[in-house]
Amino acid sequence: MSKARTLYEKIWDAHVVARRDDGTCLIFIDRHLVHEVTSPQAFAGLAANGRQVRRPDLTLAVPDHNLPTTPRVDAAGKPIPIADAESAAQLATLEANVRSFGVPYIGAHDVRQGIVHVVGPEQGFTLPGTTLVCGDSHTAAHGALGALAFGIGTSEVEHVLATQTLWLAPSKTMAVVVEGALAPGVTAKDVILHIIGQIGTAGGTGHVIEFMGSTIRNMGMEERLTISNMAIEGGARAGLIAPDATSFAYLQGRPMAPKGAAWDAAVRHWQSLPSDADAVFDKCVPINAADIAPSVTWGTSPEDVVPITGHVPAPESFADPAKQDAARASLAYMGLNPGTAMQDIAIENIFIGSCTNSRIEDLRAAAAILRGRRKAENVRWAIVVPGSGLVKAQAEAEGLDRIFTDAGFEWREPGCSACLGMNPDKVPAGERCASTSNRNFVGRQGPGSRTHLLSPAMAAAAAVRGRLTDVREYL
Amino acid sequence: MQATRMISGRAIPWGAKNIDTDIIIPAKWLKTVSRDGLGRGAFESVRAVPGNIFDVPANQGAPILLAGDNFGCGSSREHAAWAMLDMGLQAVIAPSFSDIFSGNAFKNGVLAVTLDEVHIARLMAVAADGAIITIDLENQVVTSDRQDRFAFAIDPFRKMCLMQGLDEIALTLAADDAISVHEARQAEDAPWLVPAQG
Ligand code: SF4
Repeated sequence: MSKARTLYEKIWDAHVVARRDDGTCLIFIDRHLVHEVTSPQAFAGLAANGRQVRRPDLTLAVPDHNLPTTPRVDAAGKPIPIADAESAAQLATLEANVRSFGVPYIGAHDVRQGIVHVVGPEQGFTLPGTTLVCGDSHTAAHGALGALAFGIGTSEVEHVLATQTLWLAPSKTMAVVVEGALAPGVTAKDVILHIIGQIGTAGGTGHVIEFMGSTIRNMGMEERLTISNMAIEGGARAGLIAPDATSFAYLQGRPMAPKGAAWDAAVRHWQSLPSDADAVFDKCVPINAADIAPSVTWGTSPEDVVPITGHVPAPESFADPAKQDAARASLAYMGLNPGTAMQDIAIENIFIGSCTNSRIEDLRAAAAILRGRRKAENVRWAIVVPGSGLVKAQAEAEGLDRIFTDAGFEWREPGCSACLGMNPDKVPAGERCASTSNRNFVGRQGPGSRTHLLSPAMAAAAAVRGRLTDVREYL
Repeated sequence: MQATRMISGRAIPWGAKNIDTDIIIPAKWLKTVSRDGLGRGAFESVRAVPGNIFDVPANQGAPILLAGDNFGCGSSREHAAWAMLDMGLQAVIAPSFSDIFSGNAFKNGVLAVTLDEVHIARLMAVAADGAIITIDLENQVVTSDRQDRFAFAIDPFRKMCLMQGLDEIALTLAADDAISVHEARQAEDAPWLVPAQG
């Protein structure tokens, strides 16, 4: 009998092209997503060495990181030039590169444009059992569909473009098993923030995390994408969720997904992928869903998580002296005092968007709280940035855009936006932002910006009250 | 890529833990389409403080950085390695590195050397005192001109590539036949893997 294997091991084994004595393997890459920020130097490297893109058919390029999210065409339908010269140059470089190398491209004015990690699943480009890479660390998101997906650097982007392979050392495996029903008001975002709070930002280093258990199985695909997206904040290179009927239903009929007999053959293969019942993981972390409350971060590391009903911790409350120092620095940067109730923290900015939480379910959850309500006076800036043009169109068809604008939010064009402050959407120095994104690092949303990570519903509740707020009061 | 055998000079005794890539090179510097010139943005928030450890005269042009646990965590941006190279840093010594950063560092010829915390503490002390630190890649040891000698481990393949300055793509293309075999088998067994167009 063959050895019991995990989902990760099955995908790995099926993609080994060559093996070195030290165990490093040349792994075939089935899917490569390209965006404007991490690709210019890679294409330049190809050109300098007279190399081609080996498999343009397995590659897809989409601009997202520094596209402005303000209107892209004027009243007459003419494209509006991009004001920032460097952004414009980077976007123009991507367009020139996809043309000269023959790479499929979804451009800024295409309704399918959006954040790479929203577009991949939405188009059916992301499939179970595939290896998928992109020059962006939140590529982990695609693991929600059972793809082995991880972020790579520009040299690796160049390597994949030229060879459709990567040299990789096998990872260790970690099972995060979440069991039980979630309480009302608790979302996928709260689950993943809670997990990171438990394992820490280095907890998954060297591992691929498979999220399993009844709580994950009962989630829809969009919630699973939120979970796997932040595997990287738990230190893991990739997250995985076993493909099942939910994944197949999500994919069927998507433009780039297999059709007809090819679809049936693909599903048969995908059904063989889940980890064997007796497969062994290097590490196993059990999580009880009943322990999870609506959660929010207080510091500048994604592991700095407390329940919304909690308080800003005292640095001395941590056992590790290094963590005490980090907490002191975090609190100084965040302008917070130990013991402050999280719900007493006033918020000036609200950002609903990013590849973690910008899909239609996220917008519906936020709109459900905002319906018939308005943002508080002290909330200076509140924006909703849909993850793709298709999400935006769907939301408009459901009238969600009106709920947001009536509540005092700006309704924007798709892109990464204030998640990393590369385009004009930034949080001013010293101001706070309740953000549905994935990183609260120093300066992430703009120099001096102070980020509190939370779910879309919690962001909406914070907008209404002008302070961090327990969303359960609005249910 | 340039061949690297030996890196020797002053080491910046920083020791900070969990340094993420936003600190190494803030996002606003990522808008470049070239690999050069990023040194001006390297460690910008740290260097905004007068008298910071990077800009004190003794550390100007130092080729080695001493750092704490989990160096280079955060995003996959390779700009972090380019920015460090552009400011003259050729090596980082730390107790641990994020996986992505150590891969990016290697691919750009920046040495990421893992040493025990106690050994780094010792190097921090002598570096602060002006010692010259040497990383000898061939013999896999870090030495100081104060009688220190600490061995380190490195993946043999990475070592060979670094020492010979090998282009990884050319190396892989030597396995071109194996890649073609995989592609042919995939076309046979899983034709659905090629995306439907639109
Ligand atoms: S939304 Fe944020 S995390 Fe996601 S790809 Fe864009 S910049 Fe990266």
